Amino acid sequence: MNIKTVLNLRRASQVLFFVTFLWLVIKTNFEVDFSLAAGQEIILPYPVSIALELDPLAALGTLLATGSLYKGMIWSLLILIPTIFFGRFFCGWVCPMGSLNHWLSEFRSERSSHRGKGKIESNRYKKFQRIKYYILLLFLGSSLTGVLQLGLLDPLSLLARSVGTVVLPMTHVFGAGIVSWIKNIGWPPLGDAAQYVFDFIASFILPYRMGHFQAIISLALFFVAVLWLNRLFTRFWCRAICPLGALLGIFSRFSFLGLKKTESKCDHCQLCVISCQGADNPEIGEPWRKAECHLCLNCQAACPTGALEFTFFPEQEASRTNPAGTEKIDITRRKAMTSIAAGISLFPMFRAGDSFEADIDPKLVRPPGSVDEDTFLARCIRCGQCMRVCPNNALHPTIFEAGLEGIWSPVLISKIGYCEPTCTLCGQVCPTGAIVELTQKQKVGDKETPPNRIGTAFFDRGKCLPWAMATPCIVCEEWCPTSPKAIYLKTEIVTNQSGKEISVKCPYIDPQLCTGCGACEFACPVEDASAVYITSVGESRSEKNQILLKRHSIPNKPANLPKS
Amino acid sequence: MKRRTFIKQTGKAALLASVAAGTGYLFHNREVTAVKPSLVIRNNFEVSPDIAFPKLTLARAEDPIVALNQSLDAIGGIRRFVNKGETVTVKPNIGWDRSPEQAANTNPILVAEMTRLCLESGAASVTVTDVSCNDPRRCFLRSGIKKAVEDVGGKVILPSDEDYIKVRMSQKFLNEWLVLKHFVQTDKLINMPIAKHHSLSECTIGMKNLYGILGGRRNQLHQEIDQSIVDLAIFSAPTLTVIDATRVLLQGGPQGGSLDYVGIENSVICATDQVAADARASEFIGLKPENVGHIVLADKSGIGSLDYRQAGYKEILG
Repeated sequence: MNIKTVLNLRRASQVLFFVTFLWLVIKTNFEVDFSLAAGQEIILPYPVSIALELDPLAALGTLLATGSLYKGMIWSLLILIPTIFFGRFFCGWVCPMGSLNHWLSEFRSERSSHRGKGKIESNRYKKFQRIKYYILLLFLGSSLTGVLQLGLLDPLSLLARSVGTVVLPMTHVFGAGIVSWIKNIGWPPLGDAAQYVFDFIASFILPYRMGHFQAIISLALFFVAVLWLNRLFTRFWCRAICPLGALLGIFSRFSFLGLKKTESKCDHCQLCVISCQGADNPEIGEPWRKAECHLCLNCQAACPTGALEFTFFPEQEASRTNPAGTEKIDITRRKAMTSIAAGISLFPMFRAGDSFEADIDPKLVRPPGSVDEDTFLARCIRCGQCMRVCPNNALHPTIFEAGLEGIWSPVLISKIGYCEPTCTLCGQVCPTGAIVELTQKQKVGDKETPPNRIGTAFFDRGKCLPWAMATPCIVCEEWCPTSPKAIYLKTEIVTNQSGKEISVKCPYIDPQLCTGCGACEFACPVEDASAVYITSVGESRSEKNQILLKRHSIPNKPANLPKS
Repeated sequence: MKRRTFIKQTGKAALLASVAAGTGYLFHNREVTAVKPSLVIRNNFEVSPDIAFPKLTLARAEDPIVALNQSLDAIGGIRRFVNKGETVTVKPNIGWDRSPEQAANTNPILVAEMTRLCLESGAASVTVTDVSCNDPRRCFLRSGIKKAVEDVGGKVILPSDEDYIKVRMSQKFLNEWLVLKHFVQTDKLINMPIAKHHSLSECTIGMKNLYGILGGRRNQLHQEIDQSIVDLAIFSAPTLTVIDATRVLLQGGPQGGSLDYVGIENSVICATDQVAADARASEFIGLKPENVGHIVLADKSGIGSLDYRQAGYKEILG
């Protein structure tokens, strides 16, 4: 096969995987045109988490943190094992974040703003490329202690989260805004046309319900920073930061696909360096760095004299002017140990803080089916899939509700959306088992099975219409989905402002029945901050965070909890 | 300084200044904002009364389709209500994420049969929709109504934000409110509630089901629940009210859950008098209509009759 053909195959592969990744994020969504027979549960029709399950970094991290490989994470071997034999093909051919950086670095980057020598310099191997190995080791060190932080910088988590909770919601708001602006011009055919175009595009990429996410600015700035870094240093993310790239670099040590450099054919034109993606010294005169190479094959295609060739077990006559390639990664043992030690020390630092156990934020309501907080933090990779799929927009990235340790992990905000009692979608999409997949019966409960509880509702009697304002209401009771209802009513005689005694129904909570779904908080007519609200106390996943003795003793954990 | 430079620069500055001043003058307004006028409509879809038929019919049969047809035929048949070429909107209760046997939403078999009958009668289109309380995707799906209606050729529409229009109703309590446009821009409106218990209004049947045509913060309507129900019934009188009493929700309403709360009555009511219809159906829930605030109030307001036997009532027992 001609090298140009192989290059085109690589480009096609990048586009294919990028589009597939986007499509999976878009399809992580409860669509309107599902069909189901009566009584069946609502199950997503596609395995939308597959892209995240292919991630060896998330797999290794959760394995170290919990001692088990959850469900589909075994698929990550499909990436890891070929890497062992062939090298970092993932970075050059598959990774959607890598492709995005690749394309952006062709457009207004350090690389494109230079010509000739500057361009060559931008693609030379730099010392800073070793940073990613230290980042990786830091993350793996902390994973060993059950503090999983690698999701923050894992490229697949990063992209899924950024597209799902930043790019698509912003597109939705912006698109709807433009349509309403056009409609306000006041010429109906134009408004209708705009609506039609918007509906058409929306039917492919936007969910039925417009999402609004807490902390969106932090997520957006982070994502933009990663993309913008391409302007300062070509593919800075892939070369210097990406811990997944670092992991695959380490695992490519024994790979037998390599670059053979034939000095006698080389005329030192440096075209190979100009087109290099990984900054791995493809030119003759420097040792080729295998762990840095993305296997994009640009150098071989750019070489006008055929001096460079990717081949199995490359045998190359090494000389002073043509040193042999190296499979070693460019780090020092001492700094590697320091990184691991720093990672390990994150554990006492986070846990000696107050937010993990000493003073839990009452607003930290985790999604239904979440495992206990200790295991949750060892599993959640912040991919944002649960937030994306939630039909009620109930799940949001935390800011500091779970402490700095749990930043961007999911929290349920009932004011924005409550937890639909029979919905189990978040557990279906969680790739790492931080949220366990519940059956509808496990979630709702029945006479034998207790329901999955995420918190408990409380009344603010100073704001409640019947309690404080002598006004009938009971919308909370109407919305309460449990049978029997956790919100019950008692008719009370209250006095209104003109001294007249009237009877109103006042709501009470039965904490034995309340599941903390938040429907009451969502539906409460006190619009700014509801007169009934949810806090996490009573959640099934916690032994400690309880109110009642009796409720505490109910074995609430689903039978198929992953080992931790 | 050259004269030419002076003239040029002063001219540009003057131009910019006049643009600034002109913009200020043009947009200056002492009012805070211009208020957009809302639509004033009378949403009456009733057909002219016909003394040949009773105002209220009830049929009891194991098969809901049989019950519906018997009840409908007794009140004049579908052709009395739907003419060729008309657009029809059917308003079942699809308020909750519940399955049919839990009796929180209208029986999908009845909604589908009604859709089929309207199409058979020559309706140009039959739209089935509701402003659900829970997520509409889940409600429409799990109620079984989406599939049942689409199978017989009806249009199922999930409400979206741009589908609401602000309507001036000018009633006692409901002055201006957002209404889903499909309930306004149609030739005929068929209200298809299910009979359910409700903690504040005692029951939610036909008139209360019209809450579901509204958008906005309709949970605030509970503060004047009886008057707002009657306001709505006056504003939006349906062509026909068809009450699903095949299953009725006896407690835990309006969304129920436990099957212990469900009573089996195998009945379907058709009515051109929505007050009479609600009065009759409330008996299924063990209520006396004269004790139900909004039914009494509706009777007083003159839109219908609480005393359904007086109004003209026919019962067909299968």
